[in-house]
Amino acid sequence: MRLRALALLLCVTAALGGCTQGILDPQGPIADGERLILLDALAIMLLIAVPTILATLWFAWWFRASNRAALYRPTWAYSDKLEVIVWAIPALVVLFLGGVAWTGAHQLDPARPIESSLRPLEIQVVSLDWRWLFIYPEQHIATINRLVIPIGTPVHFRITSSSVMNVFFVPRIGGEIYAMNGMATQLNLLARNVGRFPGLSAQFSGDGFSDMAFNTDVVSEKGFRDFVRGASASSKRLDGSEYISLSRQSTSAEVKLFGKVASGIFDDIVSRRLPPGSGPGPAAQAIMSQKGM
Amino acid sequence: MFGRLTWQAIPWSEPIPLIAAGGVGFLLAAVVGWVFVKGYAPYMWKEWITSVDHKRIGVMYCLLALVMLLRGFSDALMMRSQQAVAFHGGGYLPPDHYNQIFSAHGTIMIFFVAMPFVIGLMNFVVPLQLGIRDVAFPTLNSVSFWLTAAGALLVNISLVVGEFARTGWLPYPPLSELQYSPGVGVDYYLWSLQISGAGTLLSGINLVTTILKMRAPGMSYTRMPVFCWTALASNLLIVAAFPVLTAVTAMLLLDRYLGFHFFTNEMGGNPMMFVNLIWVWGHPEVYILVLPAFGVFSEVISTFSGKPLFGYRSMVAATMAICLLSWLVWLHHFFTMGAGADVNGFFGIMTMIIAVPTGVKVYNWLFTMYGGKVRFEPPMLWSIGFMVTFVIGGMTGVLMAVPPADFVLHNSLFLVAHFHNVIIGGVLFGLFAGYNYWFPKAFGFRLDEKWGKRAFWLWFVGFYAAFMPLYVLGLLGMTRRMQHFDRPEWYPWVLAAAAGAGLITLGIGAQIVQLVVSIRNRAALRDITGDPWDGRTLEWATASPPPAFNFAVMPNVKGEEPYWGMKTKARELAHLLTAEPSYQPISVPRNTATGVVTAFFAVVIGFAMIWRIYWLAGIGFVGLYAAFVAFAWRNRSEEEIPAAEVARRDRDNRFVRSSVLAEGASQ
Repeated sequence: MRLRALALLLCVTAALGGCTQGILDPQGPIADGERLILLDALAIMLLIAVPTILATLWFAWWFRASNRAALYRPTWAYSDKLEVIVWAIPALVVLFLGGVAWTGAHQLDPARPIESSLRPLEIQVVSLDWRWLFIYPEQHIATINRLVIPIGTPVHFRITSSSVMNVFFVPRIGGEIYAMNGMATQLNLLARNVGRFPGLSAQFSGDGFSDMAFNTDVVSEKGFRDFVRGASASSKRLDGSEYISLSRQSTSAEVKLFGKVASGIFDDIVSRRLPPGSGPGPAAQAIMSQKGM
Repeated sequence: MFGRLTWQAIPWSEPIPLIAAGGVGFLLAAVVGWVFVKGYAPYMWKEWITSVDHKRIGVMYCLLALVMLLRGFSDALMMRSQQAVAFHGGGYLPPDHYNQIFSAHGTIMIFFVAMPFVIGLMNFVVPLQLGIRDVAFPTLNSVSFWLTAAGALLVNISLVVGEFARTGWLPYPPLSELQYSPGVGVDYYLWSLQISGAGTLLSGINLVTTILKMRAPGMSYTRMPVFCWTALASNLLIVAAFPVLTAVTAMLLLDRYLGFHFFTNEMGGNPMMFVNLIWVWGHPEVYILVLPAFGVFSEVISTFSGKPLFGYRSMVAATMAICLLSWLVWLHHFFTMGAGADVNGFFGIMTMIIAVPTGVKVYNWLFTMYGGKVRFEPPMLWSIGFMVTFVIGGMTGVLMAVPPADFVLHNSLFLVAHFHNVIIGGVLFGLFAGYNYWFPKAFGFRLDEKWGKRAFWLWFVGFYAAFMPLYVLGLLGMTRRMQHFDRPEWYPWVLAAAAGAGLITLGIGAQIVQLVVSIRNRAALRDITGDPWDGRTLEWATASPPPAFNFAVMPNVKGEEPYWGMKTKARELAHLLTAEPSYQPISVPRNTATGVVTAFFAVVIGFAMIWRIYWLAGIGFVGLYAAFVAFAWRNRSEEEIPAAEVARRDRDNRFVRSSVLAEGASQ
């Protein structure tokens, strides 16, 4: 019974998984562009990789020692025509792909603003040990472990880390970017469809790393206004001391909302006016060094 | 007195490392006990441990690699099984343990499997192919090997005394800084790499000097076998890249021990500097590993097709092009750090350009088979398996060189699948091909063919079963190094990958059986001619195993594929070309314990520094210096093998060889 369930699960996910859950099922123009480039580059390369693999197998088989019908040229080891061809084929492919890479790197540069008639929404992201803090500076609200963005609106992220490196990644909406302490990286995304899309950290960051999953809710304009109103109603305030307590190590998956945010807190984190997360902390360090760990 | 070292350093509450270490310790004790009881101890000491013979050292390098492969692979099995049971749960390995395992897996597989295996093959083969009697600096060679073994020992000590790094195989700061990793794990990593890295650098200097300065008469650069060319390229990369690794690990050590701020968050430190430096070493490292593997394939495909390598000069040019270009691509490891479009675009294109000479190599191997008579013996099977697998791995690599594609694939399991695809499908398959190919040269008997083929097919199918699911998982957005997950769409693929790892386990089992069966049947598998595969290069011109002096008379090289030339002429004339030479006495370097003593003190220093037992480190340094002084003041550095002994050892082989050649000619 369990086996049959497993087999069913395997079939379903094999059929659907490839196209409906990951980066091959994009939900916005950035992810669209990234998928397109990925598939284009793959198609171009398959054009020569598949014949090369088939030729390898065919040559090995046809020229097997026991095949008396095969041509035998034991001293043939050079042909200038073939040399030109074997250098030219990969060179031409790379010339073409290089163009794709160059234009792609510029068009889909994470820092490049998305063209839109709407003003981009500003969101500031701080990776904590091991949670995500999302600050909406214009709405004066903040959340832990829940990202809510309005549909069709460009979002401009500024991303930093409270301590160690992480990577901010919502696979179906767009590409990755590192979160690093003392620096702010930028990412521009836009979501086309309403829905809940998982996000995660894509850079190992310590023991709680696997718990850094968060949900990205793409909602309607009205849904976003409701979310902001709801969050604003929270009495919690994100300020320096609250941030310092948040930056202590924790794998709590609890979603938190902050109705007020001290202004400029993100810049205080980036500029280290607020100190980096303490890591295991002095108490833990003392225990660990006693244990010799 | 003992720094941070206390009884608590031993993980009494964790059964897995204790049982593993107990098992290994028992096995080790059993082997050592057996050696002593059987009275082999003096032989081991005189003929192996203190040997400065490049062939013996090469064999010991490969043995170290094979043993560490078992350790690294056990880690892999634990990772695969942990993920297989960690859907909606914690699995059986808590994060602090799981994180050590994947860090140790990467560290061991790169530094203590791939590197010693590659260096071992180069050590064994290059002097034979160049027609010379040893490497340029035989004692230094022994020091290099033992320093590598010392690093490996330290990594394994971390299994029971303390912990290993929990940071990944490249310990990115600030996670690896004292503030976020206060334990000794990162210190184990850093000191192991300092010690083994010094060994690797010395070995690189040794082989570069050997190839540039010590070739047989007539062995011009354009007559060197392609394996020697790839070894030259690889060792040039070692000489240029390993100082960077030493420097960057030294900087992290200064941060951790003396409160420096190279890579910390505070006081002007910059973690991105570490990431740049480690990959400035790290990308050339990939080519350090794969170029000699390309060399192995070139030798094997040519020999087993019964043809010279197609486009020799093109191959050499491609090798040297890769050697240079490998320095211009490191940034593709972090396109997602926000470097900007121009920088990303430049490094993306440079990365693709490397694919051109690599592609050329594939086509040249293809045309080497064209018009040949291909024999499907295990070395050739590994080579064909490589060609197919490597094309796929190369393709996914170029795919990730396109920055926007990398934005969604960076650090995903797609990346993990890619680099295993090229490192297993490229490097490891090449090493296994070389292992099967040169084993008879090293030991005088072939490896069992049937078990060799079984091992190949299990590995080959197992590789695809284990890593193709990881490509899918990467496309599904799964990132690497997850201790647990709760996404149902990932689960079946994780299970499939675990099953694939099971198949690879069987492949490794088949390799162990192959070795045991071959040793048992060694009489039947004996290679009396020294040329079991109808080889083309000089290593096949001497007996198997070769005498300590390699060649009784220095070969005189008259063209590419010198041994093939000799054989062709001899077959035409139905006898060996030269009359018996007048044998001269040969001087060989004396064996010395310098290497093993140096390594012993290196382990003492490393262990003492890891645990902050500074007086012990002081003793280690004094011991190290004393070993150096004792070596420098030695009275005799060489001993002479008398001409009669040289003649005796060479005549037998000449006799067998000439009768076989005569037989070949009469057919």
